[in-house]
Amino acid sequence: MSAFATMDAARMGMHRKRKVMNVVALTLALGAMAFGLFWLIWILIETVRLGVGGLALSVFTESTPPPLAETGGLANAIVGSLLMVSLATALGTPIGVMAGVYLAEYGKTTWLGAVTGFINDILLSAPSIVIGLFIYAAVVATTKTFSGYAGVLALALIVIPVVVRTTENMLSLIPNALREAAYALGTPKWKVIASVTLKAARAGVITGVLLALARIAGETAPLLFTALSNQFFTANMGEPMASLPVTIFKFAMSPYQNWQELAWAGVFLITLGVLALNILARVLFRNKH
Amino acid sequence: MDTRVNLPTNEKVKISVRDLNFYYGGFLALKNINLDIPERKVTAFIGPSGCGKSTLLRVFNRMFELYPEQRAEGSISLDGENILKSKMDVTLIRAKIGMVFQKPTPFPMSIYDNIAFGVRLFETLPRVEMDERVEWALKKSALWNEVKDKLNQSGSSLSGGQQQRLCIARGIAIKPEVLLLDEPCSALDPISTGKIEELIHELKSDYTVMIVTHNMQQAARCSDYTAYMYLGDLVEFGPTNELFMKPKKKDTEDYITGRFG
Repeated sequence: MSAFATMDAARMGMHRKRKVMNVVALTLALGAMAFGLFWLIWILIETVRLGVGGLALSVFTESTPPPLAETGGLANAIVGSLLMVSLATALGTPIGVMAGVYLAEYGKTTWLGAVTGFINDILLSAPSIVIGLFIYAAVVATTKTFSGYAGVLALALIVIPVVVRTTENMLSLIPNALREAAYALGTPKWKVIASVTLKAARAGVITGVLLALARIAGETAPLLFTALSNQFFTANMGEPMASLPVTIFKFAMSPYQNWQELAWAGVFLITLGVLALNILARVLFRNKH
Repeated sequence: MDTRVNLPTNEKVKISVRDLNFYYGGFLALKNINLDIPERKVTAFIGPSGCGKSTLLRVFNRMFELYPEQRAEGSISLDGENILKSKMDVTLIRAKIGMVFQKPTPFPMSIYDNIAFGVRLFETLPRVEMDERVEWALKKSALWNEVKDKLNQSGSSLSGGQQQRLCIARGIAIKPEVLLLDEPCSALDPISTGKIEELIHELKSDYTVMIVTHNMQQAARCSDYTAYMYLGDLVEFGPTNELFMKPKKKDTEDYITGRFG
């Protein structure tokens, strides 16, 4: 056998080995994906199956009913959730984005930046019930009333670390070459950040905000001790306020059939809302600069 | 005034570098550089990778100051004023000394705004004049005909060569006095490179141009003066044809003839 033939035989051997490894790796990856998708799709199917049944116009027009009532809906919970979630996002997003900008653009090498980043990581992984209890002690106990505002504060505390982290990560992905190009024109630092880097990272930052929004839309624990719940319709943030997750929690645990049906309708609405938000974000930021 | 460094007396000096040392942390990257850059001429910097030519270019507009571990000692005078020590705002220095980088870096905005962005930093122009300025810069950088119908499209929708010409247009739109080009053609195909070289040739009627290049033919084609650098030293500096035809130093000759580097 010539030297070339020996070489070829060795190469073919390695080649076959690589091919086998390739198939094994692909199978494992596909299996993991199928496992994840299986549960996800099951959850979605169950949500739709059980949720659509309870869906009626009255869900949006009437407030939560007493047990075993003939009619009733989730209007107070839907409005409460919309109010608290949007206010918490409006409050948490600017704080989170600015803190993220500080960490990525100013505090990278400083002691304060490192400490802030570390504390933010702790806040990011803090159980939401702890945040709820903290707001209970700090706000509810001092004002002597459960209120929508207390709920907003608790939810905002969950939004902030998520937005800080995604803003910082997205800004860190922007190549330094882009920053240098902006500085090279004589651009002051604040303008480089506002007009170039933050703009380049915009899609990622907004995705982060939407992720945070999706997360607080389903949070129950921080609202239990802060906004509590309210059987009646109210748009007054100073009063206890109903929300979808707390209502779902309360109704799903109950033995009453009409409450259980409304709980499933609520689950369906939250899922649909989060899905719609995600699709909206993708459509809005697909073909932009 | 110091004595002129390697320049014929008929040239007007735009920038003079004196006793310049540059450090990356503890590493000395530029060693006692003395150099005069002639006004409205193209000066090329050549040398093997890591010789300090890009580093030197980044000292001229104080770009190195973005990184706290980098520092420069010595003086660089622009029209007689030391820009390293000057109380002058660094943003004003950068407006006078523009820079184009190795990789095209379009900003995340439209083609029009990419160019108007820098102009708006220092001038408030009425819409018509801004339109004129954008058109002027795009024509100057030989890009106008290709983009005049899509000024509202994203800058990143252009091809690599077009993006690089967009960056040059952006650089000259603010009307700097000096233009620093850091390997502007290294990521481009020969046709785009040809266009940019023509452009460099044209630019020198208005600007003092400095270009870092790995391509010696490019240095020979489009520069009036050439500096050869090696390991942080300025080995030889002189008129391009002299440096390429009859270099004074053996090291320079070895490098340009390809025996080394």
